[in-house]
Amino acid sequence: MDLFEYQARDLFEAYGVPVLQGLIADTPDEAAAAAAKIGGTVVVKAQVQVGGRGKAGGVKVVHNAEEAREKANDILGLDIKGHVVKRVMIAQGAAIDKEFYFSVLLDRSNRTFLSLCSVEGGMEIEQLAVERPEALAKIAVDALEGITDAKALEIAKAGGFNDELAAKVAPVFVKLWNVFKNEDATLVEVNPLVLTKDGDIVALDGKVSLDENAEFRHTDREEVSIAKVDPLEAKAKALNLNYVKLDGSVGVIGNGAGLVMSTLDVVAYAGEKHGGAKPANFLDIGGGASAEVMANGLDVILNDPQVKSVFVNVFGGITACDAVANGIVGALNTLGASATKPLVVRLDGNNVAEGRRILAEYAHPLVTVVETMDEAADKAAELANR
Amino acid sequence: MAIFLNENSKIIVQGMTGAEGMKHTQRMLAGGSNIVGGVNPRKAGETVTVEGKDLPVFGTVADAMKATGANVSVIFVPPAFAKAAIIEAIDAEIELAVAITEGIPVHDTAEAWAYNVAKGLKTRLIGPNCPGIISPGKSNAGITPSNITGAGPIGLVSKSGTLTYQMMYELRDIGMSTAIGIGGDPIIGTTHIDALAAFQADPETKAIVLIGEIGGDSEEKAAAYIAANVTKPVVAYVAGFTAPEGKTMGHAGAIVSGSAGTAQAKKEAFEAVGVKVGKTPSETAALMREVYANLAK
Repeated sequence: MDLFEYQARDLFEAYGVPVLQGLIADTPDEAAAAAAKIGGTVVVKAQVQVGGRGKAGGVKVVHNAEEAREKANDILGLDIKGHVVKRVMIAQGAAIDKEFYFSVLLDRSNRTFLSLCSVEGGMEIEQLAVERPEALAKIAVDALEGITDAKALEIAKAGGFNDELAAKVAPVFVKLWNVFKNEDATLVEVNPLVLTKDGDIVALDGKVSLDENAEFRHTDREEVSIAKVDPLEAKAKALNLNYVKLDGSVGVIGNGAGLVMSTLDVVAYAGEKHGGAKPANFLDIGGGASAEVMANGLDVILNDPQVKSVFVNVFGGITACDAVANGIVGALNTLGASATKPLVVRLDGNNVAEGRRILAEYAHPLVTVVETMDEAADKAAELANR
Repeated sequence: MAIFLNENSKIIVQGMTGAEGMKHTQRMLAGGSNIVGGVNPRKAGETVTVEGKDLPVFGTVADAMKATGANVSVIFVPPAFAKAAIIEAIDAEIELAVAITEGIPVHDTAEAWAYNVAKGLKTRLIGPNCPGIISPGKSNAGITPSNITGAGPIGLVSKSGTLTYQMMYELRDIGMSTAIGIGGDPIIGTTHIDALAAFQADPETKAIVLIGEIGGDSEEKAAAYIAANVTKPVVAYVAGFTAPEGKTMGHAGAIVSGSAGTAQAKKEAFEAVGVKVGKTPSETAALMREVYANLAK
């Protein structure tokens, strides 16, 4: 889960990382009030979870409250690569002397954490990594030891900081590690970390991603509702379903993340022969799904107006196919006459004979049972293309 | 032979007395696995009868190993306690620990892995967030259904549970030496490469199916490893061609970040080293069937 910049700023502040004042505003009036409160030169910054907002006109320097109102009015509602700006942060201006880069992140490939650091900050880090890789230090961070004072100095020096500057930034690195560790982050990035003309180190912009698996340790976190949340995704989340909305017309429901991902691909291939039909969603009902979970899943998918046909693809490992069949029967009974979309069902594995028998006996006109995954995908794509 | 798990494996279950632990202990026993006990510090000294077998419950993994000679532990402990359970298994220096648990914070897995490295990697960790490992006809440590396929010459390594089952089912007429689900989390104990190396060394395994998915670079590394080290034929499948960027597809590790981790890049990495990649699980099975027919000639 990615945080907005202002949330990252607030987290940094809570951990003693030096930041400038920043206030959020959802309207031009709030922006003007925030600018007046901070005073002097401020920056109006679009709060979106996508890079390149500066180039898209989402960041403006202003000198008074009236200008802040004007620019906030321009920025709020702006569409930045599909992300509509609903909130801005009014940030205190800074007199920048130098810009640096620091991050700590999960390094999947080496099964540990990694710190990236450079005395040359400010530009896109991907660009720096390509153009001047020698300027970007990559230092492995042991998950048990973390970034100690000594490690922070090592990182700073590897990143090209001189002794004097290294001594200044190292304590900030330690605090950023504390954010990373204590908040269960998978990424903490500061770009730029700046040296002001007054000689202070300040984290000017931050990016933080948190591990959703660790939410049970952070129950005090407030839900942020300004991100663009698809209503079907919200409904699925409330039902505890693993759902991602896509833009095709074949609803997909299956068990196990890998099988469902594979099902999406197989539907897309089959769709090449049927007018380009594509999957409408990812929905994993999980390894040990019950009839109720199956019914909930169908409820979400059948309420997607883009869905024209549904492909239920289950390999019964722990899940029993009779439970899946009962879930389908239950959902269709509940929906009654409001069920109008064809269902293509492929069942295999645990209790498959009983599952197929239940569906055969139910003999619902909308339900087609197909033997293999490839044939079922073909049928579902064909039905979606009618 | 088979890899990592065989007919001599003695299995204990950490978290055996919980609902998931009991259910799968019963299933493993019914499938012929030699389960010798369980671990739960709050129920140490008790005995649980499963499938007509009396299973002693121990306070620690070390106690269980001492009393039973167990060399494999399957972990069904809930996410909040899984790190401690894995570390306990590592401390006891058990040969193989299979962590089934889904939803473990990645910091916890990173710490457990760092701990294992610091202790000299005496324990092979499989998972977390995996179906476990099965050597059909010999033993099953995890949640894979025991009856999908019998013993045979194909080795299977997969990031996904249900795709493991699907592929075992597709190739049930040929059979498998070992099928191992390495798990869908960003950090896992046993990688594609570890399994490839073991299959290459296993005389019973004649050909290998590798199943990958979007996210990370495990498949790209596996491709490079195959080119340099694997002489047995390998057929691959990659899931997630239609996955949008930046969305986690069910598995915590299944996410495309920018241009990294895409299914297309992984497919190309395999094909560049001569590994055939199936478009669908069925096509992958068909490719393996072809490879196997040629081997038999």
